[in-house]
Formats: sequence, C-alpha cells, structure tokens
Amino acid sequence: MTTNNVDLVIIGSGPAGLAAASEADKHGLSVVLLDEQTMIGGQIYRNIEYAPPARAEILGKDYAKGEQLASEFRRTATDYRGGATVWNVTNDGVVDYVTAKPGAHTSGNSSVKGKFVLMASGAMERPFPIKGWTLPGAMGAGAAQILLKGAGAVPAGPVILAGCGPLLYLLAWQYLRMGITPAALVDTTAYASYFRALPRLFSALPGWRDLVKGVKLLASVRASGAPVYSGAKNLEIEGEGATEALAFTHRGKRLRIPASLVVLHQGVVPNTQLSMSTGSEHVWDPDQLCWQPVTDKWGRMGNTSLYVAGDSRGIVGALASETQGRIAALSVANRLGIIKNLEAMAAPHLDALKRYTSIRPFLDTLYRPSDEHRIPPDDEVQICRCEEVTAGQIRGYVKLGCLGPNQTKSFGRCGMGPCQGRFCGLTVTEIIAQKRQVQPGEVGHYRIRPPVKPIYLGDFAQGPQQD
Amino acid sequence: MDTSSLFKIPDVKSGKTVTITFEGFPIEVPAGISVAAALLTSGVLQFRTSVVGAEPRAPYCMMGVCFECLVEIDGVASRQSCLIGVCDGMQIRRQSGGKKLQTCTEKKS
Repeated sequence: MTTNNVDLVIIGSGPAGLAAASEADKHGLSVVLLDEQTMIGGQIYRNIEYAPPARAEILGKDYAKGEQLASEFRRTATDYRGGATVWNVTNDGVVDYVTAKPGAHTSGNSSVKGKFVLMASGAMERPFPIKGWTLPGAMGAGAAQILLKGAGAVPAGPVILAGCGPLLYLLAWQYLRMGITPAALVDTTAYASYFRALPRLFSALPGWRDLVKGVKLLASVRASGAPVYSGAKNLEIEGEGATEALAFTHRGKRLRIPASLVVLHQGVVPNTQLSMSTGSEHVWDPDQLCWQPVTDKWGRMGNTSLYVAGDSRGIVGALASETQGRIAALSVANRLGIIKNLEAMAAPHLDALKRYTSIRPFLDTLYRPSDEHRIPPDDEVQICRCEEVTAGQIRGYVKLGCLGPNQTKSFGRCGMGPCQGRFCGLTVTEIIAQKRQVQPGEVGHYRIRPPVKPIYLGDFAQGPQQD
Repeated sequence: MDTSSLFKIPDVKSGKTVTITFEGFPIEVPAGISVAAALLTSGVLQFRTSVVGAEPRAPYCMMGVCFECLVEIDGVASRQSCLIGVCDGMQIRRQSGGKKLQTCTEKKS
C-alpha cells in the first residue's frame, strides 16, 4: 500500500512541478506528484523523455533544457502518479483524483493528503474568439506544437499561422526546420504596440537573450519566403464544415488566403481552474488580461496550506516557473521546520526570478492581444464553444440585467458544458465588462467548484480507493 | 472517412505501431501517441458534432482544456482523446451531439 499522507502533494509535472519535487526531495520531504498527462514535462517539455534526438534537435535548445530537469527529478524519491486527473483540492491539503482506465465506465478514485499542496497546473491557450474558430482545421498554436512534440506531426496541407506572441513565431521556426513553409504568417501585433512597448525595452534588457532569440525567430520566418502580413486585423476563418481560408484586413485591404489549417495564437493565460476552486482570492491583471491567484512571495495563497507556482500563478515562462517551484518548495520545507534560513537559501532563486521575468512587461505590452480579437464586436461569434453561446447573446443578457458570468449560466447555459468555463470564462468577463463599462475585476469570474474536471458518477459512489 | 489529413508524421517508418479502429475502419498508427494525434494524422477531420447546433468539431487545445476532442472509446462516451494514449485494438467512434446516459446495470468492462 502506498502512503497517502505526505509532506507535499504537487499537481502538475511541468517545469514548476518537477523543480519543486526535486528541491523538496533535497530537503528530505516526502512528495507525491500528480499529473493528468501520462508523461512528465508538462506542455513545454512534453515527451521530453521519449522524443527521438532528431525531433528534440528541431524543437530547439530551450526544449532540450527540459532533459536536465527531468533527469534531476528521476533521481528523487518522489512518488510520481501519472494519468491522474485531480478533481478536488481542499484548503487543508486533501487532493482527490481519478485515474482513467480505458474501456471502463468508472475510473479509480483516490485521495492523498499533503501537509502542503503545490498547484502547478500551468498555462492554457488564450481564447481567440473570431468567426469560424470552432471549425475543424482551426486550432491553437499550443495544440499544433503538442502534436509536433508528442507525435512528430506537422501540417499535411497549407497552413496559416495567425495572431501574435513568441509561441507563434517559435512554431513557425520549428515548422521551417521540418521543411514546412507556412502559406502565410498573419501577424496581429498592432503597429502602435511597438511604440507602447519601447519604454519597457530598457527594463527588459536583463532578459536580452530572449530578446535576441525573438528577433532571430522572426528573421528566419521572413527569410524563408513565407508571406508575412503585419498589423493584420479583423481575422475570420471561412469554411463550410471545415476550415477553407483565413480572411483578414491588411493595410486597409480585405485579403483571403486559402488553407486547410489555421493555427491561432494570442498568448497563453494561467489555468486557474484549480486555484479558483479552492475559493482563494484572485485578481484581474490588466497587463496580462487574465486572473491571477493572490499569493505571498513564496506562492502561498492566504492562510491555507496551498501554494501556486509557475504559469498558473501568472505567465512567467519555463525558467521562471522552475524557479518559482524551487522557491515554493523551500518555503514549505521552512514551514515544516526542516530549513531555518529560508531567506538566505531562497535569495539566489529570487534573484534569478527577477532576471527571468524582466522581459515580461515588454512582451505583455508588445503582444497585447487586440480588443477586437478578445471581445468580438461581431454578435455571431461563438464564445462558449461547449454550449454554443454567442457574443450577441451574452450582450443580450447584460441588457436584461445580467451583471456577471455566473448569471449567464442561468440565462443561456453559458459556461456549463464539459470544459466548465475554461475556454469562455475570460471572454465572457470581458464582454460583460465592456458592455457594462466597468473593469473586468468588478465583473468577476465564474464561481469554480469541484469537481474541477468531469468525472463519472460511479467514482463518487465508490468513494476513494486505497492502492 | 475523410480523405486528406490535417497532419502527417514524416518519420513514421521506424518504430512500433498499433492498430486501432475508427468507425470500424482499421488504422495503423505509431505507438505512444494520443488518440487525438492518431486521428488527426489519419485523415479524421471531424471528431464529434456539437450538442446544440450539431456542428462538426475537432480538437482545439490538445492538452485537456477545451473538450472539443471528445469521442467514444471502447464503448465509453465523452473521452478526452488528447489525454488518452492509443492501445492495440482500441475502438473509436465519433460522438454525435450530447452524451447519452448509460444505465447503472451496464457491466463494467
């Protein structure tokens, strides 16, 4: 039987989770690491232990950095449980999860109790609500990159990369290295953003390596001969039953480029579903345009036994996530009385964190997604993909007196499908805020409750099983 | 089945494969990839139809967030195909509209 009372339960095996497990292990903490995926690495280092060398080479040096982290983690005594879908976290450290079994109508329901819990559930693709974004053949850049990392898959037909942000350019560069030239790169970065971002360039200089990398990526895309359309507006995916083309406005002209695959991206946002479900306070970040949990500098949420680290705490990137994982683990070790000189031990990590995140304000300003692609003016655009609720319907609810996202549920089932509001939440909040002419922070988010993932009724009935 | 794939796997020659079925058609795919990746590289464009408007849908996020990739796997509906790895003999079907409730007396397989 495995122990189900441990010092630290970590949720998520991306950079933050792996680093936290390694750091905690160093100080002798007992650790259980749960991850929904069956392989460690999270999304950024997906398939890191199994990707063939040729593929890892194409993915680039930043991806290869994950190997070190993975092997450091494998040397620890961590009790790693992959394929575990967490559906409940309590403020005193109980974590309930199910382990899916193919072909079974129930999963195995298990429970583990940590003196502390670290949530490192990472980021998710920011919604890109435009006309036609629900068509097959329209997907996120994150998804396309996951297909590349996990399966070595590349587009078979004409592909357009559309939107803005480092991940989009990185994917373009990786496709080029695989011999795939995109039909077009449709860049939505507004010209005005370059000027707005300029004053923040100086403070980004400690992160000069990332800046240089970004410039190189863009240069290689331009050099490839793939048409690049900068400052594109009013994106729309066209097609009957599947993606056929991307239409957009470029320098005042309406263009239409045929493609069977349109890869969309306008940044990533924290996946806050878990931290929100615990009832802890979250605030709207007007620069990153998303919700972030309120934590102390170690990542602890209020007076709970819960910590958050990595992109689920606020978008910081892989290296900073790793550092936040170590900082959180040190703080936990300190609270357990294992280490005394927390400030001194954490100092180098806190310094590194400052360096890794110095580029963020610059990136957040430069690649701020445009209002029209976050809050679609077109009433027909679907916002809630699960229950098929449109922007016009949501604005209609506001006219009828709907003040926040929770009420949209009773008005029209918005946010009540299987994704539980993950993919429409931010958009619904911003649409309501715009219509009511108030700040998103005032409108609030959906109330997130456990189970945070859909689970079988049989799992409830069965209760937790002991291994 | 659809004829042209959205994605392809260029270096597929080497390595282990497994055989799964989609709507009864056998497909040989590399071992170790997700069901969603297997379908997207095998010419499947539409994974399900949406619950309200019966519109065609396919994966959007590939990481367990969007629930667009729901399919029926080995008789169990609403499985997230991006989170489940392929196994030899796995039977996959499209999902039409909403999930039907299964009766309690149905045997666990």
